[in-house]
Amino acid sequence: MKFLRKQIDKIKPNFEKGGKMYFLHSTFDAFETFLYVPNKVTSKGAHIRDAMDMKRLMIIVVLALVPSLLFGIYNTGLQHFIATGQSHDFWLMVWYGVQKVIPLVAVTYVVGLGIEFAFAQIRKHEVNEGFLVTGMLIPLIVPADIPLWMLALAVAFSVIIGKEVFGGTGMNILNPALTARAFLFFAYPSWMSGDKVWVSGMIKGENIIDGFSGATLLEQASTGAKVFINGLGEKITHWDMFLGTIPGSVGETSVLAILVGAGLLLFTGVGSWRIMFSTLLGGITMGLLFNIFAINPAMEVPWFEHLLMGGFAFGLVFMATDPVTAAQTNKGKYIYGFLIGFLAILIRVLNPAYPEGMMLAILFMNVFAPLIDHMVVNSNIKRRLRRVLNK
Amino acid sequence: MTKVYKIKKGLDIRISGIAELSRGENFVINYYTLRPIDFVGLTPKLLKKESEVVKRGEAVYCDKYNPEIKFTSPVSGHIDKIIRGEKRKLLEIIIKSDNEDNAINFADQISENSSEKLKSLLTISGVWPFIKQRPYGIIANPNDIPRDIFISFFDSAPLACDYEFVLKDEKSNINAALKTLKNFTNGNIYLNFKKNSKLVDIIDNIDDYVINYFEGPHPSGLVGTHINKIQAINKNEIVWTVNATDLPIIGNLILNAEYNPERLIAIAGSELKQACYYNLRVGADISDFLKTGVKGKNFRVISGNVLTGTNISSNPCLGFYDNLVSIIPEGNEYEMFGWIQPGLKKFSINRAFASKILPPKSFVIDTNYHGGNRAYVVTGEYEKVCPLDIFPQLLVKAILAGDIEKMENLGIYEVIEEDFALCEFVCTSKTNVQTILREGIDIIRKEMS
Repeated sequence: MKFLRKQIDKIKPNFEKGGKMYFLHSTFDAFETFLYVPNKVTSKGAHIRDAMDMKRLMIIVVLALVPSLLFGIYNTGLQHFIATGQSHDFWLMVWYGVQKVIPLVAVTYVVGLGIEFAFAQIRKHEVNEGFLVTGMLIPLIVPADIPLWMLALAVAFSVIIGKEVFGGTGMNILNPALTARAFLFFAYPSWMSGDKVWVSGMIKGENIIDGFSGATLLEQASTGAKVFINGLGEKITHWDMFLGTIPGSVGETSVLAILVGAGLLLFTGVGSWRIMFSTLLGGITMGLLFNIFAINPAMEVPWFEHLLMGGFAFGLVFMATDPVTAAQTNKGKYIYGFLIGFLAILIRVLNPAYPEGMMLAILFMNVFAPLIDHMVVNSNIKRRLRRVLNK
Repeated sequence: MTKVYKIKKGLDIRISGIAELSRGENFVINYYTLRPIDFVGLTPKLLKKESEVVKRGEAVYCDKYNPEIKFTSPVSGHIDKIIRGEKRKLLEIIIKSDNEDNAINFADQISENSSEKLKSLLTISGVWPFIKQRPYGIIANPNDIPRDIFISFFDSAPLACDYEFVLKDEKSNINAALKTLKNFTNGNIYLNFKKNSKLVDIIDNIDDYVINYFEGPHPSGLVGTHINKIQAINKNEIVWTVNATDLPIIGNLILNAEYNPERLIAIAGSELKQACYYNLRVGADISDFLKTGVKGKNFRVISGNVLTGTNISSNPCLGFYDNLVSIIPEGNEYEMFGWIQPGLKKFSINRAFASKILPPKSFVIDTNYHGGNRAYVVTGEYEKVCPLDIFPQLLVKAILAGDIEKMENLGIYEVIEEDFALCEFVCTSKTNVQTILREGIDIIRKEMS
């Protein structure tokens, strides 16, 4: 490995100030620091620093997303073969899923990282690691059949308008992954809602059984279904909902896979337990309130089914906890999370036009997070002022 | 009024190389260096020229805007070299010892009961700078009357020296110093001890002081933590602080009429053959010791602790306020795929490294930066290690934005660099919090003057 290091040191001067390839210095730096933790030592302030850095932080989130990705690949194949009525060979399903999902991941990363590198170059700073996570999140919250050019457009929109215009990673107001999804949702609604998009192959009608319906549970709930059924008309059990063998966006269906990721985030302390806990509490509260005052079938959906359906679990674990767009103060995090859970179920039940309330609830609270923090910080400031007055 | 305060937020960095409680053999010290940059915000004015002879206790330079505050020589000898930096900034004054140790006698200045005369004795002899003020963390102004005086009798920082060991034989000096300080304030003198500390037994007339105990992880020993928990500083209030290990120097002046800035100093860190304690004066050059006492060649010498100290590798002389020299390895090496490796030998507050699951042990921690500077992404990590009733990250942001009103509102008067040093340590974005905080304090000082 010394050889590699020597080679890097040999070409490095080209990318430094005055070198021929200076215009690519951010790119070089990104690859060099990917290979090696730099030899930079502390020069001011504390002489020692915690071993944690942004790369490690982001890679932990990416690892936490891997179970959802793997299950999403499997489930994409599974749903397709249920709809076509073909045999259920495990590896065949996985292969079908790989063909559908991996291009989504690849396109997202290529487009997103390309823009990130370009901006880093223009701004003359190091490439931020934030997109490593965003690039993994976006493929998991879109339907598997989304055309790749649409996805590319959405990624470009979210990175440029959602993030870079505000100053880049750490400065954005809205969650970039959800910005991409919201863009698709409002720009190309026919690819993001309805009963055809959630099962791969249905839009093109590839050998789908006659009369098969690919409606998600949320759509069924919003149209007043009392019992959830799959495309073949069989009853969907709570166990199916928990495992995730139901139609939906690529990575959002399996609560089990999401819980594995949540476990990693909570254990390492990377994800905020305050936000996860309060979002859960908010969702349960709203679900219970609807159950108590239920006057229509949508309100009668048991509170715990809300937690298993749609993007609630995925949004709770991976979206609401994005530290940049969430509330910063600890007290603020409780309020922020609770309102996300509360609003998500509220939108789901009362506005049938938007069956997926989680996305809108999180984006809405992203906007309000600074206000929540302002209130929390003001109470600290008032306490300080009172100290003077009480003397 | 005695109370035990339990500090919950904080972090004990498990760095290896704590000094054992024994005295090392003395070594030859030929040079002593005075560094005006040890004193934040000071504009020094030289009183001596190169090759001029000085006695111990004789003024070498003074505060330009407060000329009665003198900075005196720790040893008798002559001024060997005066080193200046950019714009002729005075950096170092190197004094060569003549090994005779002639000292100025201040006996005619001693007058026990007049606070004015005591102040003049302390300023002229060079011990006054041991008294610092909050806000700002600068040398106290002798013309002020502080609300209270706070003294911490323990240090919780990494590799910190053990005050019980260092101060156990200093009973008379400490009491003389405390009695002197009593003249300077109409408020209380707060003495803060580690829970169950035996040091409290050496204090005479204990009813003259307010005794409190603290327990918990670093920064439980910082005077800033104590002030915040006992009675926080408000705008326009001044509090003085003295480090307990400097009290004997003040006491010795009162009792023996001599300036003798000698303390028991811990030389600690993973790079030492043997970490223990040495009798050293302010400014003492330890290069002779480094020739034999250190294991490797690639190390950094820090006057003070690893969180707040000064890098003195180029001229290893003890700083004015420091009772500890830390010697740790330089981390100027590349590490392949460091961000994905399990990290068995890495210390972190986060459970993102395998070392966190293994049983507790101490770590060799080097000076590697562990990553690059980034914008703030993570929130709430500063709060985990800051027990003060303050939002550290928001205060840092207010400083970066230059918002003076917000800095005041968020409590900038209550903190100095050391209070936020742990925030800097844990920062995932590798923000230089201490440097930013000092910039903010300087802005406020300018605004208030």
